[in-house]
Amino acid sequence: MDKTRRNLIIATSVVGGAAGLGVAVPFVWSMWPSERAKAAGGPVEADISALAPGELMIIEWRSKPVWIMRRTKEMVEDLKKVDGKVTDPNSSVPEQPDYAKNEYRSIKPEVLVLVGICSHLGCSPKPKSAEDKAEMGAEWTGGFYCPCHGSKFDLAGRVYKGSPAPKNLEVPKYTYLSDTKLLIGADKESKGA
Amino acid sequence: MASRLMALWDWFDARMPTVAEEWRKHAAEYYAPKNFNFWYYFGALSGLVLVIQIVSGIFLTMNYKPDAALAFGSVEYIMRDVAGGWVIRYIHSTGASAFFIVVYLHMFRGLLYGSYRQPRELVWIFGVLIYLTLMGEAFFGYLLPWGQMSYWGAQVIVNLFGTVPFIGPDLSLWIRGDYVVGDATLNRFFALHVIAIPLVLLGLVSAHILALHDVGSNNPDGIEIKKKKGPDGHPLDGIPFHPYYTVKDLAGAVFFLAIFCAILFFVPEVGGYFLEYNNFIPADPLKTPPHIAPVWYFTPYYSILRAIPPIGVSQFPGVMAMGIATLILFFLPWLDRGAARSIRYRGPIYKSALAIFVVTFLILGYLGTEPTTVWGQFHPAEGSLFDRILDTKDVATWVARFFTILYFGFFFLMPWYTSIDKCKPEPERTT
Repeated sequence: MDKTRRNLIIATSVVGGAAGLGVAVPFVWSMWPSERAKAAGGPVEADISALAPGELMIIEWRSKPVWIMRRTKEMVEDLKKVDGKVTDPNSSVPEQPDYAKNEYRSIKPEVLVLVGICSHLGCSPKPKSAEDKAEMGAEWTGGFYCPCHGSKFDLAGRVYKGSPAPKNLEVPKYTYLSDTKLLIGADKESKGA
Repeated sequence: MASRLMALWDWFDARMPTVAEEWRKHAAEYYAPKNFNFWYYFGALSGLVLVIQIVSGIFLTMNYKPDAALAFGSVEYIMRDVAGGWVIRYIHSTGASAFFIVVYLHMFRGLLYGSYRQPRELVWIFGVLIYLTLMGEAFFGYLLPWGQMSYWGAQVIVNLFGTVPFIGPDLSLWIRGDYVVGDATLNRFFALHVIAIPLVLLGLVSAHILALHDVGSNNPDGIEIKKKKGPDGHPLDGIPFHPYYTVKDLAGAVFFLAIFCAILFFVPEVGGYFLEYNNFIPADPLKTPPHIAPVWYFTPYYSILRAIPPIGVSQFPGVMAMGIATLILFFLPWLDRGAARSIRYRGPIYKSALAIFVVTFLILGYLGTEPTTVWGQFHPAEGSLFDRILDTKDVATWVARFFTILYFGFFFLMPWYTSIDKCKPEPERTT
């Protein structure tokens, strides 16, 4: 075969193939979250002025349940007791912003903010108080239990050893707008997102 | 009149002879082995169920709304207010499970008689592709009723992709099209379920059948009928597909449809296995059902997923095991080194291995429908060796681990145990 013709066929095929691949770009691109979805995923405010000690409130952020709990002094102190029983007592896995990487996994010790989605396969765990010892075992000091696959978490969202969940519960970005008002989904460093 | 019709046919045939040629090639003069038995119904039945699903699906889309706010209500509307809507919906939901039943039996036939062996590797590979595509079709379709199980099942499966190292979180975000399973997810799953995947399925089914008709069907004796041909050039042990097997398959279809209708009219939910009870509750992102289980046809793989412990903080090993458990099927033609194809002439080792595999698949399937606590816990003495080394004390998890090993053993050890197996001599002609 004539060399020029062969080269032209090869060049045409390559260019045509590249164009074909290029066509895929807008289609793949269209499957990312839309501008509307991104806007709806923006931060939300939560008023915690009425939150009593020991009480848990649930607000919705990006259609996920976010737990806000005002822990009592005993609850905060009990966290130390389970250090030996949880997989990651010091929160070394980055499941929280740096300002929540401490023994209570929160900015203020008593106010806990967690995304209420199990780090195993995305179910929402249920709160189990320290009174639920009959169900959760004699040494239970309160926390959360995932009904799907049985993962257990303490009152800082730290996962107990032996749970199918590999990581602690996620602490979302948040910041205090005032003493009683929280902004979930954004913090001082990143206004937005 | 008759001659008029013949003239019309001749007119057509002169202009488009392909139709008659293909009819001869694939039906009237496609010589299939004469010794097909019960197990050979399920290929044709899979085709029948495909047609049932396409037709019932088309009519469902006439009233269904792929919108997170309207989807659940539109399914209830179909069930209660659309004339005949309930029967169409139950046809489609029963058809989904029926599809997997006939496909699993069809695949088991392949394992029984070595239908994947050389020269039918491509037939098998297209078959496995059909099976995987069908799983995708079932998964996308299951989200559409927008019930609790639809929602949380999709949540779990999409999160599986999130465990892929590095790209995982972005990948699951891209699949969902939102930060959670939501309207965008429902809408795209609808598009994939009603058009994209069905088109792929039809293409693959065509390729499966064309590849089969090029090499010819295997049979319960696992021998090549093309080796013994009569003076007319047709295999001595072959009979034309039409009318012999069209009639046989028709009888099978009647029997199948009788069972299908019995389920459809009397027990469409099949005790929560075909339609899970939780799916009659609308999807609620803030409320997880107490127990999430996939529909029965995914449960063997779901068991494998749950059986594999995480490495460090990563769930990926379990996801990978599940992936390998399905993808390993592609390699079956090269894993099997047996001297005979058919179970009839295989030795005791393969027979035992296949029996163990069937039991394994069923037990994994059962465990996948239940929570891991279904068989209670071990109670080793506190502080004892077992107490310290067991990462979980759920009995069912350990049983699932044992059978997961057997599942993979069936495939990974196959080159070894099939080659040492003592096969009987294969006959010259079909029996």
